[in-house]
Amino acid sequence: MKWKTEDGGWSPYLAGALVGVLAIVSVYATTQWMGKTNYLGASTTFVRAAGLLERTVLPDRVATNEYFTKEKVRVDWQFMLVLGIFFGALIASTTDKSFKLESVPPTWKERFGPSIGKRGTGAFLGGIVAMLGARMADGCPSGHGLSGMMQLSVSSFVALAMFFGTGVVVAGLIYRRRAS
Amino acid sequence: MSIDQILGLITGIFFGFLLQKGRVLRFDKQIGAMLLKDMTIFKFMLSAILVGMVGIQLLAGAGIIALSHKAMNIGAVLVGGALFGCGWAVMGFCPGTSIGALGEGRWHAIFAIAGMVVGAAIYAELYPFFKSTILAWKDFGKIGLAEALDISPWFIISVFWAGIIWMFVWFERKKL
Repeated sequence: MKWKTEDGGWSPYLAGALVGVLAIVSVYATTQWMGKTNYLGASTTFVRAAGLLERTVLPDRVATNEYFTKEKVRVDWQFMLVLGIFFGALIASTTDKSFKLESVPPTWKERFGPSIGKRGTGAFLGGIVAMLGARMADGCPSGHGLSGMMQLSVSSFVALAMFFGTGVVVAGLIYRRRAS
Repeated sequence: MSIDQILGLITGIFFGFLLQKGRVLRFDKQIGAMLLKDMTIFKFMLSAILVGMVGIQLLAGAGIIALSHKAMNIGAVLVGGALFGCGWAVMGFCPGTSIGALGEGRWHAIFAIAGMVVGAAIYAELYPFFKSTILAWKDFGKIGLAEALDISPWFIISVFWAGIIWMFVWFERKKL
C-alpha cells in the first residue's frame, strides 16, 4: 500500500483517516468554543443559501415559511464550513497541480457525448432531486454518511445504505451503456 | 466574523483539502464507486468513520461532547435516501463534494450546486405537505444503535472495525 497515488494525491486510507481526526477535533472545538457540539455536514447550508437568495426577491415568503424558520436562514458555522471546502480544495489542487478546468467529466462524455448543455441539465435536475432527498432524510453523505455513522445512529446506517443502494442501481442503468 | 464562522471556515478548509488530496471530489470517482469499479470513495469514507467513531465514542463516554442522532423517521430515511441516490447518480456529486469540485476547477459542478439550491427552495415550499404525509408514517426518534440493541457501543465498534479491515484487505488483494 502506498501513501501517495501516481498523480500526487494521498492514499484514500490516509486522507480518510485524517478526516476522522478532523471530525473528532471539530466536535471537541465546537463544544468548547460554541457551547454546542456541531458535527460535519453540508446539506442544510443549501437551505440557508436558498433562503438568503429567495429573501432578496420574496422576503415575506421566506419569513413566513415554516421550513426556513425551522432551519434559520443565516451564515452560520456550517455555512462557513461549506465555503471552506471550496478554498481547501483550491489550495490542495493548485499546490499539487491537479487543478483542472473541466466542463464535461470523462465518464459522462463517454455515455452522453461532449455537450455542456446536456451535462449542465443533468447536473441541475439531479441536484434538485438529490437535495429534496437529502433534506427529507435530514442529511447527506457528510451528515449521515460520516457524522451519523461515527455516532452509530440507526437512521444513518439506513440512510447510507439507501444512498448507495439506489445510487448503484441508477448509475448501473445510466452509465453501463456507451454512447452510440 | 463571529467565532462560530471562523471555526467553521478553518474546519472547512482542512476538510476540503483532505477531500481533494484523497481525490474523492471528482465526478468519475463518485460514479466509479456507484458502478463498483473504483473503491476510492469507500476506502476514504470508511477510514474516516473507523477513526472518527472511536474518538467520538470516547469523548461522548467521558461526557465532554453530546451525541446528536438524526431521527429514525422511516419515510424520511427510505424515501429521502432513495431520492438522494437517484439524484446523486445523475449529478455525480454530493452536496459537500460539489463545492470542493468547483474549487479544483471542475466548473460544471456549478450546475449541480444551482440545482441543489433550487431543490432546497422547493423542499421548503413542500415541507408542510411532506410533514403530513411521508414524514408522518412512523418516527422512532433519535436513536443510537447501541441503545436500540442494548449492547455496548464498543462491541459494535469492534465488529465494525474487524469487518471493514477485512474488506480493505480484500480490496487490496483484488486491486480494486
